[in-house]
Amino acid sequence: MTDTAQIPDSVHEQGEYNFAYLDEQTKRMIRRAILKGIAIPGYQVPFASREMPMPYGWGTGGVQVTAAILGKSDCLKMIDQGSDDTTNAVSLRGFFEKTAGVRTTCETAEATIIQTRHRIPEKTLREDQILVFQVPIPEPLRYLEPRETETRKMHALEDYGLMHVKLYEDIAKNGHIATTYAYPVKVNDRYVMDPSPTPKFDNPKIDRMAALQLYGAGREKRIYAIPPYTKVKSLDFEDYPFEIQQFDKPCGLCGAENVYLDEVILDDKGGRMFVCSDSDYCEERRADGHLGPMAADPAAARVGNTKTGETVR
Amino acid sequence: MNLFHAEDPLLQVHNVTRYYGDRIGCSEVSFDLWPGEVLAIVGESGSGKTTLLNCLSTRLAPTAGAIEYRMRDGAMRNLYQLTEAERRLLMRTDWGFVHQNAADGLRMNVSAGANVGERLMAVGARHYGNIRSTADDWLGRVEIDNERIDDDPRSFSGGMRQRLQIARNLVTQPRLVFMDEPTGGLDVSVQARLLDLLRRLVADLGLSVVIVTHDLAVARLLSHRIMVMRHGNVIEAGLTDQVLDDPREPYTQLLVSSILQV
Repeated sequence: MTDTAQIPDSVHEQGEYNFAYLDEQTKRMIRRAILKGIAIPGYQVPFASREMPMPYGWGTGGVQVTAAILGKSDCLKMIDQGSDDTTNAVSLRGFFEKTAGVRTTCETAEATIIQTRHRIPEKTLREDQILVFQVPIPEPLRYLEPRETETRKMHALEDYGLMHVKLYEDIAKNGHIATTYAYPVKVNDRYVMDPSPTPKFDNPKIDRMAALQLYGAGREKRIYAIPPYTKVKSLDFEDYPFEIQQFDKPCGLCGAENVYLDEVILDDKGGRMFVCSDSDYCEERRADGHLGPMAADPAAARVGNTKTGETVR
Repeated sequence: MNLFHAEDPLLQVHNVTRYYGDRIGCSEVSFDLWPGEVLAIVGESGSGKTTLLNCLSTRLAPTAGAIEYRMRDGAMRNLYQLTEAERRLLMRTDWGFVHQNAADGLRMNVSAGANVGERLMAVGARHYGNIRSTADDWLGRVEIDNERIDDDPRSFSGGMRQRLQIARNLVTQPRLVFMDEPTGGLDVSVQARLLDLLRRLVADLGLSVVIVTHDLAVARLLSHRIMVMRHGNVIEAGLTDQVLDDPREPYTQLLVSSILQV
């Protein structure tokens, strides 16, 4: 869609970035890791993660994956906690606008590549879309087994009993499986994988998703992938089956049910509401005329207004 | 006594030698262990006891020699020719390893119940209720109050930790248990209780045990046979009572005579 001519002049003055910041050799190296990851679903492929012009924890892994797969005709959507307008999403979107000059969007349906920090969009993804995750800690066994040499061996030998020890502890201490995010899954009946740090609410969406899922961990230098329509099972016990979070109220702004909600504090007098964490989904519903119980509240309406740029900061 | 005829050994050790560079860890050790038999390896510090135990339990590859084990299907297998996966399965189903320091053998940051249940989950148990009731049962068998099932081993006394470690090892009904100074570091009354418990469990379950100890009293109480090691060599071996009552080697005589009499 766009070529370098549309990159703002200020960039040209400082010398030009290669398309999408990374040099072509690096992108090729990352693509090789991605291909290997797709060939072995759920397997963590080591890669030579680069220093990126942003701190670790900001999504350096996801940014590298996106940079490696991005083409000029792609349309990019960046979300952080489901929202398009939080600091992380705005900064990373700006990064690719500046270095790749690609089209960006807030609309899930329009995007060809969606980079996300926590959430999977509520809208069902299609085969022609790619979902890129920013992963802080790719190793699901890390907190149980600190040695990398040992965890690699455990993956190789499918030695995953320890994962259930963690779930056992949850039930013993809380009466139910209290892990709510980074909930371990088994991919294609083989590798245990950490879909971190998505809430377990999104785990069912990972299963047999039509879109390709790529996971990049910059600091930990790992890439893994789930090809489209791959079986992904959340670990559980026979007598304590996997469950997702339930919300007792619909979204305050758009009235959506069975979606993941964020609690938003409206004022300092205890005013609060629960709204869709997926801001694009919420806005689209409101545009279609769905109204939630809080929609008329002026304070609440201010929260929901993201597309016009009048966001709450 | 077990699945096998008593004339079939469970473990056969042939000329196991381990060097640490030029120094000898243990040298040319050979013996057979039969089902239900308790073998004590005694000797002073640095005599090669623990090196030998680590070689036997596949934790340390010997420089030379072979160790064969009779698998549950009755076939003798060379331990160092097993695949890593087979070896791990063996270690967590058919074998146990009781460390001197219980913290080495336990997961200190998960509850007692999870510690006992870990092996079950590792071999595929996926029913929380069943895992928990098995753990509960085993805590009772090693005399740990069932109310402590959700407590971390960190909050347990040394003796309780050691008993928990034993429960954790025995939950998959192993046939062979290695013990490295299981009573070391415990006070005398706790030691006596633990030994009593061990003796009962070993007899009830028909376990074969290789126990390393420098405490001849432990060897006397638990073991049927004894091997005395010095400078990496086995200098005397035989029935425990015979060796301890009538030691032939001067070094064994010295060991026996240095026991403090109160």
